[in-house]
Amino acid sequence: MQFSEQIAQYLLSGFCTGSIYALIGFGFAIIYNSTSIINFAQGEFVMLGGMLSFFFQTTLKLPLAVAIILAIIVATASGALFERLAIRPLKNATPLSLVIITIGGSILIRGLTMLIWGKDTHSLPSFSGTEPISLAGATILPQHLWIFGITLLTITANKVFFNYTITGKAMRACASNRKAASLVGIDVKRMVLFSFVISSAMGSMAGIIIAPLTMTAYDVGIMLGLKGFCAAIIGGMSSGFGTVLGGLLLGILESLGAGLISSGYKDAIAFIILLLILFVRPQGLFKKADTERV
Amino acid sequence: MKREIVKFLIFASLVMVSPLFFKGGYLLNVLVFVGIHTMLAVGLNLLLGFAGQISLGQAAFFGLGAYISGILTTAHSVNPWLAMALAALTVGILAFFIGFPILKLKGHYLAMATLGLGIIAYIVFNEAVELTGGPSGLSGIPNLSLGSIVFDSDIKNYYLIWSFTLITILLSLNLAHSRIGRALRAIHDSEVAATVMGVNARLLKVQIFALSAFISTIAGSLYAHTMTFVSPASFGFNFSIELVTMVIIGGLGSIYGSFLGAAILTLLPEVLRAFQDYDIIVYGLILILITMFMPSGLIRGVPSAFMFLLSKIKRARIADA
Repeated sequence: MQFSEQIAQYLLSGFCTGSIYALIGFGFAIIYNSTSIINFAQGEFVMLGGMLSFFFQTTLKLPLAVAIILAIIVATASGALFERLAIRPLKNATPLSLVIITIGGSILIRGLTMLIWGKDTHSLPSFSGTEPISLAGATILPQHLWIFGITLLTITANKVFFNYTITGKAMRACASNRKAASLVGIDVKRMVLFSFVISSAMGSMAGIIIAPLTMTAYDVGIMLGLKGFCAAIIGGMSSGFGTVLGGLLLGILESLGAGLISSGYKDAIAFIILLLILFVRPQGLFKKADTERV
Repeated sequence: MKREIVKFLIFASLVMVSPLFFKGGYLLNVLVFVGIHTMLAVGLNLLLGFAGQISLGQAAFFGLGAYISGILTTAHSVNPWLAMALAALTVGILAFFIGFPILKLKGHYLAMATLGLGIIAYIVFNEAVELTGGPSGLSGIPNLSLGSIVFDSDIKNYYLIWSFTLITILLSLNLAHSRIGRALRAIHDSEVAATVMGVNARLLKVQIFALSAFISTIAGSLYAHTMTFVSPASFGFNFSIELVTMVIIGGLGSIYGSFLGAAILTLLPEVLRAFQDYDIIVYGLILILITMFMPSGLIRGVPSAFMFLLSKIKRARIADA
């Protein structure tokens, strides 16, 4: 009984961090699909979400809900700004130099945050109290429910947007063939901007909902970003169900590994899983292998 | 080829005389680091610039070299030179075998896999406390010595490190101009075409991966013996990224470019120290600006910018006349 309770607890917390990884992974996939850029600055928008909500809530003494909305708006605006200033001016850049630019951008954002809010770790209050709820042998915090709810909502909204709105469909057209998309009158540049807007919004959201559980600091973006990237890779860089499953798988295995093997090696476990998956299925778990055209 | 030899000799003699200008002191110590970083960047450039295969985990090999040397010489009192050779061989062979599954991957998947390797190594350095001393590191690593000369001062270390660096540069130049170098560039441009022409692309990629790991491991051992102290902080993800940046802003596929990139990224934080907390911001900004305006690296970008200015001036003169 004791053991199964423990397992239930690990599964629960794994499911919870997994949702976060999935949200971040979505951001990677959306940008990748519309620009073929791996945006290494993605993790910084996650960090910005948490840090900005802390700033609005604690320093400016705004109500939590207002602080969160403002934080998402500011983080999204900085994502758009990043695209306008660093990505759009580049016309014939190689994928590699684009990667370096996003790394430069992430260093810049991290540096600015450190300068403004210092190196301290900050905490954000839970959205609705910390009274634990008992469920199937595991203890669940209200914040966990918030995380599941918001993740589910975001992913559904995402699905609806990409499948049923004209802008979403246009973005998917850009992902499959940019030239053809521009020929039928789609403003490709605008779609690229949108993809940065959507992923920084989703990233900051992930950073905000996890902050009450794990605290936040100027440098949390690095690891969270990499794990999100892991989730997207496992899911085959699709902005669909694959990434969600990738994130959940990663979160659950990591949490089980940390609990049953060693918590010090928690992050190593995530990357060992990733390597194993890549060795066995180089194209991601949930994607058919492409035939390469030469 | 003759021009290459002359170029190398000029470079080597500049390296040999430059300590005369900054006798001892702090800057010499920084130049020792430029040497180590050049070795690492040149090693990575063979993989990234020539074969076109990215590695975001190069710091792992550097760290393995430093830790294997450190552990063997402190806990088991192995001769430092022997430890260095053992480290380089073990890691080289290990990289050869990991190379097969890893280099089967392409593009972002390869980037992610090598990044994962780097992070796993970093976590092991931190967590295997009994072996590595954990986050507080490993101290008391002996200096290297040759006969009665002990490499324990900045000036001696400078010549020690730069001898290794120059040998690395010479061997890499040689490799670049050999049949293998041409085969690697063929892989870079099109792996399929190279294979059709009879290049064993898969084996060659793995071999070059192992070679660049071998070079990084030697750099790591040298680092451990000159610093006499190692801690995980020097071998993290950020350092792997920094190495890739050195190669790219220097110029992909240019050996001297790697030196330039290594020198700039090593000297930059020292110069930026004057900006105090702002240094990281300026660093990020410079990184973005160089990649934006000189995408083919400084080694090609600076001369062409110079030519551009020159032709502008000429044209202005003609217009005046």
